[in-house]
Amino acid sequence: MSIRLTNISKTFGQFQALSPLTLDIQEGEMIGLLGPSGSGKTTLLRIIAGLEGADSGSIHFGDREVTQVHVRERRVGFVFQNYALFRHMTVADNVAFGLEVMPKKQRLPAAEISKRVTQLLETVQLGHLAKRYPEQLSGGQKQRIALARALATQPEVLLLDEPFGALDAKVRKELRRWLRSLHEELKFTSVFVTHDQDEALELSDRVVVMSNGHIEQINTPAELYSHPNSRFVFDFLGNVNVFEASWQQSRWQNGQAFLVPPAQQTLQQDGALYVRSHELTLSDKPNSQANLPFDIVAITPVGAEVRVELAPHGWHSKELWEAKFTQHHLQELGLQKGSLVYATPRTGYFFGVKGDSSPTRLSWPFLTPGSLAFDI
Amino acid sequence: MNSFKPLRVGEAPLIKWSLITLAVLLALLFLLVPLVSIFQQALVGGWQRYIGHLSQPDTLHAIGLTLIVAALTVPINLIFGIMLAWSVTRFEFPGRKLLITLIDIPFAVSPVVAGLLYLLLYGSNGWLGEWLYEHDLQVMFAWPGILLVTIFVTCPFVARELIPLMQQQGASEEEAAVILGASWWQLFRRVTFPNIKWALIYGVILTNARAVGEFGAVAVVSGNIRGETNTLSLHVQLLYEDYQAEAAFASASLLALIALLTLMLKAVVEWRQQRSLTANDNKEQSPL
Repeated sequence: MSIRLTNISKTFGQFQALSPLTLDIQEGEMIGLLGPSGSGKTTLLRIIAGLEGADSGSIHFGDREVTQVHVRERRVGFVFQNYALFRHMTVADNVAFGLEVMPKKQRLPAAEISKRVTQLLETVQLGHLAKRYPEQLSGGQKQRIALARALATQPEVLLLDEPFGALDAKVRKELRRWLRSLHEELKFTSVFVTHDQDEALELSDRVVVMSNGHIEQINTPAELYSHPNSRFVFDFLGNVNVFEASWQQSRWQNGQAFLVPPAQQTLQQDGALYVRSHELTLSDKPNSQANLPFDIVAITPVGAEVRVELAPHGWHSKELWEAKFTQHHLQELGLQKGSLVYATPRTGYFFGVKGDSSPTRLSWPFLTPGSLAFDI
Repeated sequence: MNSFKPLRVGEAPLIKWSLITLAVLLALLFLLVPLVSIFQQALVGGWQRYIGHLSQPDTLHAIGLTLIVAALTVPINLIFGIMLAWSVTRFEFPGRKLLITLIDIPFAVSPVVAGLLYLLLYGSNGWLGEWLYEHDLQVMFAWPGILLVTIFVTCPFVARELIPLMQQQGASEEEAAVILGASWWQLFRRVTFPNIKWALIYGVILTNARAVGEFGAVAVVSGNIRGETNTLSLHVQLLYEDYQAEAAFASASLLALIALLTLMLKAVVEWRQQRSLTANDNKEQSPL
């Protein structure tokens, strides 16, 4: 079932939790609501479920308007962050709950219910735990039971609040894959909330990036990564280095450091260049287009890659820069802690102080008309 | 060489055993001896006289009145306590903190003062008293007054047991139940009630014990009319003032019995509560 949110807003006292926002979710889509805490993503999810009322706007499930429909009648599946399993009921009773509280006329016969419960427990691969109580389960098992309970009434919309937040890395990865395949099999429309960009990018068909109660950007994971449309999205999608630039002598200057942008009118202004940590090359000499001197502060191997922490040498940056290389590549470069190196961005995104908030994507080195890039 | 065994702080044998001995002695002297002597005094003339004292019409009436008051107080405060605990733990509203503090008033105020307040309010010169008088409703110096003050002094017990528990459990199980389609009654019966059951029973036991034994507040509003508005605790005092010590102790022994019964029930419930909390901690956590 498709979900259509129109001009939804919500305030808690003085706090504007959601500014009017509009969102269309296609049937069968899996949407990730991504944002820092306080961005309004959980509030939005609870409004879709009917656990909170919106101050304005309307909600449609397919053609049915549900804005004024009670949460009980919306027939959505909801998975809580802390699972919210009924602690005094067995796993089987938990899963059966949604089927047993149906009005008498719609309710299945008891035998039918227990058959359905067994089936569901098989689906989540936990049939052997039917008689256990929630406290006896591990976090990952609780999460699966919570999902089985939510799916028991065969909802066409499944909402998940930070579904894997409390689990350790390995279980989290496993459950993500499992949810993805379950989604492909059962084809429900689902919306989940997360603050983990990896989770959002891996699971979602489209990601909705939120901050301060409004939507920053909606796009597919691939598009979002290659075309972030604001500084916020860029910052939030992972490690990024920022070069605060002022336009002087036909180049971007910051202390001793400078970068020469391609000759475009819109680039000839103050602004900030965002460079991802794996899009930097290091060398022992500057060149005519990039002079970004750094001292190497630390070289840290993390699994297959190596992180190099860089402190600006003779210019200013709010935070240390970070460059990522493979072990192999690093050995070729022969870098040492404490040595002076010069960085060149391969790709960067420039946000000018003038103009709209969307960035310009740039690549180095480039050929300036009538010249080649030379080492100084 | 002497083998030196380090002791935990405060575990020097001298201190340990003198403290324990002192505590046991004081408990015996202040708690057990009076309790035993109540039964001893009550039974000083033998079982037959004991039964005889208890089957006096005034005593029987006092027992009946006490039980009726308790039987009415408990369900009223049970419902009131659940409503109160539900509102302060499940809703946000201005004055919520104030309401939580208000619940404690009956604990903070001396029962005699509570009785006097009710007398002021409902007595013939009180704000509500005149209206009641005009409508020929007797509240003070009659059983409704006794019931009212008993409800007043016992109303915090259930709520005080439920509020911390419901706060700790949070509302998400209830939200989950409603999303799954449960009606209000199904929600309460199948989710909320089982979660608060033991705390509720505990609150009821305490309420009942206090309702049966309440003296101060009831003394002010009852008017002490023998065979009419005398509860068991008031009756004990009346008998004693009439120099019928043996009869007074016979009635007092009933109150003591109820107290012992309450303690036993309380111990059982606490044990059950503890067990339901820890039962699952002992079982092995199975891996994913």
